[in-house]
Amino acid sequence: MSAQDVKHTYHLVEPSPWPAVGAFAALTTAFGAVLYMHEKPFGVVLLIVGFLLVLGTMFFWWRDVVREAEHQNHHSLVVQIGLRYGMMLFISSEVMFFAAFFWAYFDASLYPDGGVWPPEGIKTFDPWDIPLINTLILLTSSCTVTWAHHGIIAGNRDALIKGLTATVVLGAIFTGFQVYEYDHAAFGFTDGIYASTFYMATGFHGFHVLVGTLFLLVCLIRARAGHFKPEQHFGLEAAAWYWHFVDVVWIFLFACIYVWGQ
Amino acid sequence: MSTTAAHVDDHGHDAPHGFVRRWLYSTNHKDIGTMYIVFGGLGGIVGLLMSIYMRMELQAPGLQYMTDGNVWNVLVTAHGLIMVFFFVMPVVISGFGNWFVPLMIGAPDMAFPRMNNISFWLMPPALLLLVTSMFVEGTGGAPGVGVGWTIYPPLSGGLQTGMAMDLAILSLHLAGASSILGAANFITTIFNMRAPGMTLHKMPLFVWSVLVTAFLLLLAVPVLAGAITMLLTDRNFGTAFFDPAGGGDPVLFLHLFWFFGHPEVYIMILPAFGIVSQIVSTFSRKPVFGYLGMAYAMVAIGFVGFIVWAHHMYTVGLHVDTRAYFTAATMVIAVPTGVKIFSWIATMWGGSIEFRLPLMWALALIILFTIGGVTGVVLANAGIDMTLHNTYFVIGHFHYVLSMGALFGIFAGIYYWFPKMTGYNYSDKLGKLHFWLTFIGVNLTFFPMHFSGLAGMPRRYIDYPDAFEGWNFVSSIGSYVSGIASLVFLFVVWEAFTAKRKAEDNPWGEGADTLEWSVSSPPPFHTFNELPKVN
Repeated sequence: MSAQDVKHTYHLVEPSPWPAVGAFAALTTAFGAVLYMHEKPFGVVLLIVGFLLVLGTMFFWWRDVVREAEHQNHHSLVVQIGLRYGMMLFISSEVMFFAAFFWAYFDASLYPDGGVWPPEGIKTFDPWDIPLINTLILLTSSCTVTWAHHGIIAGNRDALIKGLTATVVLGAIFTGFQVYEYDHAAFGFTDGIYASTFYMATGFHGFHVLVGTLFLLVCLIRARAGHFKPEQHFGLEAAAWYWHFVDVVWIFLFACIYVWGQ
Repeated sequence: MSTTAAHVDDHGHDAPHGFVRRWLYSTNHKDIGTMYIVFGGLGGIVGLLMSIYMRMELQAPGLQYMTDGNVWNVLVTAHGLIMVFFFVMPVVISGFGNWFVPLMIGAPDMAFPRMNNISFWLMPPALLLLVTSMFVEGTGGAPGVGVGWTIYPPLSGGLQTGMAMDLAILSLHLAGASSILGAANFITTIFNMRAPGMTLHKMPLFVWSVLVTAFLLLLAVPVLAGAITMLLTDRNFGTAFFDPAGGGDPVLFLHLFWFFGHPEVYIMILPAFGIVSQIVSTFSRKPVFGYLGMAYAMVAIGFVGFIVWAHHMYTVGLHVDTRAYFTAATMVIAVPTGVKIFSWIATMWGGSIEFRLPLMWALALIILFTIGGVTGVVLANAGIDMTLHNTYFVIGHFHYVLSMGALFGIFAGIYYWFPKMTGYNYSDKLGKLHFWLTFIGVNLTFFPMHFSGLAGMPRRYIDYPDAFEGWNFVSSIGSYVSGIASLVFLFVVWEAFTAKRKAEDNPWGEGADTLEWSVSSPPPFHTFNELPKVN
């Protein structure tokens, strides 16, 4: 089809190998995970290979998306609106994923097995110690990412880069504190229902912090490479939305698990 | 809806060359829709063969063909999971949805064509994981997961140490990821890519049904993903979510599962409702009666579908007030469903009705789904369900809404859109044979199950007391008839492709006024390079 035949501004994507490669990567990872969990031969190898394939798929796929946006002008106004819908819907489904873990937490804590919550023998964290610091770190990082966003809208690349750098650093510090906290916890992963719900909820959130930090890091690298325009920077906005979402989940974790559940 | 000036381009010369580039690398909604329908069809055949084998076993009391109960349990599980995740969902939502949502709203493709392709290509790996699980150590040390499609712990938990359960869990993870991505794609397409003039309140009802379904998928499937993730860590990493020994609660899993599971049954039936609306309107040569009521009835069914889940769990020891609430909420669903049934009838009222094949399937769906809906209202009552729970009455009920609702919707859609998708006309005579054989077969199979269930026959057993023999024999005969009917269907498809009777662009006349009939049969590789305008 020649380009002049097309009289609309939607993006008709060229055939791409990455979806099929990605599905194969998922299959490899799944088989690897099962073999690994059952301590069978090749489990770890398959798991690592599958994981690397997943990472590779993401790299090449999103490299293509960045090219289409930055250099090939495929991201017309209507395409950008579509991407906004897509990101909002993805975050909505993530909210429901967290809902499952919060449900488990409230099922256990509102109707505790032994009549008390936290269960006897569990020494919880002091919420006004590291968890409070982490709350402040994430809230600050939400401000810095907004700083970056307003920077690009005003055409101020310096503010964009500084804001993103600050956000990535704050995200990394948060993860560092989380690791420290896990390391010094008075209960292990397998110590009953409190530990299960605590580690699953905060761990799944921690994974999202990691993903969000990487997303912002990619935006930082792109910003330094001269990507993003004041009127077109959806990649950055999506990363910011995701980061705010991760922030809000943390507020709920802090309020429900650390403060209310101590 | 009347439409004007759709750009029709007859040459398909712009399709990518080479098998790999066209299908593996596809970014075309029609090709991906075709792959979904073929994949789902294969899944359906596998699921059907399993059910026929199970009916052969139940034809008479005592063990006939199977060596032990585990084989039975594994087949019950696989039949359920395959029919839900690898037959109905791929065909009715992803298959027809991919093909006809962009065509009906006048969009050139889906919003995210590349993501659309990974939604499809995650499905074969998911099926491979599930099939592999049938051949490695599972329940009781025997091969396969004999836990039922609901995979309740503790049976699905640490009790079985083999790899089978973990393979099944990861299979559901992949299928779930596929569904969530597909759902986001459909919603974005429908909200963002409607042709000029195609307002939400002018969209064909099939598009409405896919929109509601996509929201259900988007919000329900992640909860299942969370639940099976916890099941996975319980099994392999020593957590105690569902393990009372560590303070956990197996009933939590039931809540999470059915919070997903109940919307899931609407996910399977709503697109079929949409198809029926198109067909009834087409062959009555009238717009759908109460269009807005029909659209918002589906929205209402979708919304209420999220707050009725515990009616699947009346017997687990819920508080009586809880059961009272879920009974009341469940019966509320009958209201918007009734709106739909009556509006279909009102659409036909005074119409110039033409009894073509698609309408026969749609009418059969309306009648048979109503039977399933009415037994559903019976089961909604916690008091009655206490005795009917886990009996064949429940099996009869949900096969009337699925095997006659969703399946008849699929066949209605196939017979309606086959000429459009393939460019060939099928043989009406053979199609009618297929219809009547299926109609007789499924009714013969599932109606007697209500009697066996009322008499107390429990579900999920390989054997039964001699007293239940009569109706079980009838059910088994019915399932063989359905099996033969499916062979006839395969012959219908083969015959149509061999005879190559060229289909018109619009074989159904002026009643078929949605946009897909304004393009050629089969449509060119890229449709709507110039967007149509809708009045």
